[in-house]
Amino acid sequence: MRIKQLIVTAALAAGLAGTAAHAGDTIRIATEGAYPPFNFIDESGEVKGFDVDIARALCEEMEADCKLVTQDWDGIIPGLINGKYDAIIASMSITPERQEAVTFSAPYYSNKLQFIAPKDSDFDPTADLEGMTIGAQRATIAAQWLADNLGDSVDIKRYDTQENAFLDLASGRLDAILADKYVSWEWLNSKDGSAYEFKGDPVYDDDKIAIAVQKGNTELADRFSDAIKAIREDGTYQRINEKYFPFDIY
Amino acid sequence: MRWSVILENLPQLLHGAWLTLELVLVSGVLGLAIAVPMAIVRCSRFASVRAFPWVYIYFFRGTPLLVQIFLVYYGLGQSPWVRDSLLWPVLSQAYWCAIIAFTFNTSAYTAEILRGAIQAVPEGEVEAARALGMGRVVTWRRIVLPRAFRIALPAYSNEVILMLKGSALASTITLLDLTGMARTIIARTYTPLEIFLAAGVLYVLITFLILGGFRLVERRLNRHLRPRTGH
Repeated sequence: MRIKQLIVTAALAAGLAGTAAHAGDTIRIATEGAYPPFNFIDESGEVKGFDVDIARALCEEMEADCKLVTQDWDGIIPGLINGKYDAIIASMSITPERQEAVTFSAPYYSNKLQFIAPKDSDFDPTADLEGMTIGAQRATIAAQWLADNLGDSVDIKRYDTQENAFLDLASGRLDAILADKYVSWEWLNSKDGSAYEFKGDPVYDDDKIAIAVQKGNTELADRFSDAIKAIREDGTYQRINEKYFPFDIY
Repeated sequence: MRWSVILENLPQLLHGAWLTLELVLVSGVLGLAIAVPMAIVRCSRFASVRAFPWVYIYFFRGTPLLVQIFLVYYGLGQSPWVRDSLLWPVLSQAYWCAIIAFTFNTSAYTAEILRGAIQAVPEGEVEAARALGMGRVVTWRRIVLPRAFRIALPAYSNEVILMLKGSALASTITLLDLTGMARTIIARTYTPLEIFLAAGVLYVLITFLILGGFRLVERRLNRHLRPRTGH
């Protein structure tokens, strides 16, 4: 009897939670906070950036109450799997490996991978790179690309944040960095990055960036996908895009 | 739980464990070499002589190891003056930056442990040595230092184990030590529980190894205290 009651109560609670997921619900969203201009922490300690603006716009569109948390990059998928938050909006690329672990929404922007190196260097991605030291952020598709394509010939250095990789390129420890084009674009336009430039064509240009939710939670993924479509149609997306880039990154 | 993922990545984890062991041993030996003179100077009767080791120990014990390792790796690399200096071939390598930061850090703690041990050597033994006609240097070499090492050993083994755990910070400056390797594997497999568990077990094994080494040294140093067995 008791057990039956428990089961009924649990089922009711689950049902309630199910319906509550629609109106005025709370969605916990994780971002990294060290990936300008997509997500970063400003002088006052607030998280800002393209991802954050998109997250806010999507939540408004979905009429959901969103709580934003920051999480170090290499623990961001494990944290989602363990239920510390419901979604990741942190410039995450869709990859087959990640699709084994999480479910993705429709893409909200497209990215390319491109090398950067000092302007006075004759670094050429199409030449023989044997013996070079190349940096990338740990647990990114750039690090994965390097391991898959150049793992045997170059020394790959992995950094906790993209900012640390740029710092080490500036100190001369690296011959080049492979990173997301728009993140590099932002850095190359800054004072620190003025002595560096893109080298060669993007080595990978079909990188789709999407929102990750817990594996199998297609309901939430679809809500995000619909909301992305909606903000794209009503011009909200374009307004956010213009704040950061003079070109459309969708 | 995917246990097979541990097995698949075990060679890499062992590779990382080896680097961890190397970092701890190299910085441990170098740290000890700095700590001994530092502790002796720290016991000087003159305040002006004591001042340098005091500042050194105060600085390295008073700041987090993470800050020290970042200062050596990212901090020094910022200045063009350092990049053009003769030291750059060393400082440009993450490995040596980690060794430098760990060495300074552990030498400060070890010097303080030794300082306490030197002061704990019974006054009577020093007086006895003097009464036998030993000079200051001979007294230090034959009586004070050997006694102090014996007294310091248990506390020093603690410091080495703390250093082992501190060495995980090497992963923040791109080194693939046990922690760095574990994080790199997890970046591909998304199995933090399994891989960190395996890394934890390896850390425990290294700790046993270090403790075993200390037990051997302790037995050797204290062999005169063991009851004599017949010939």
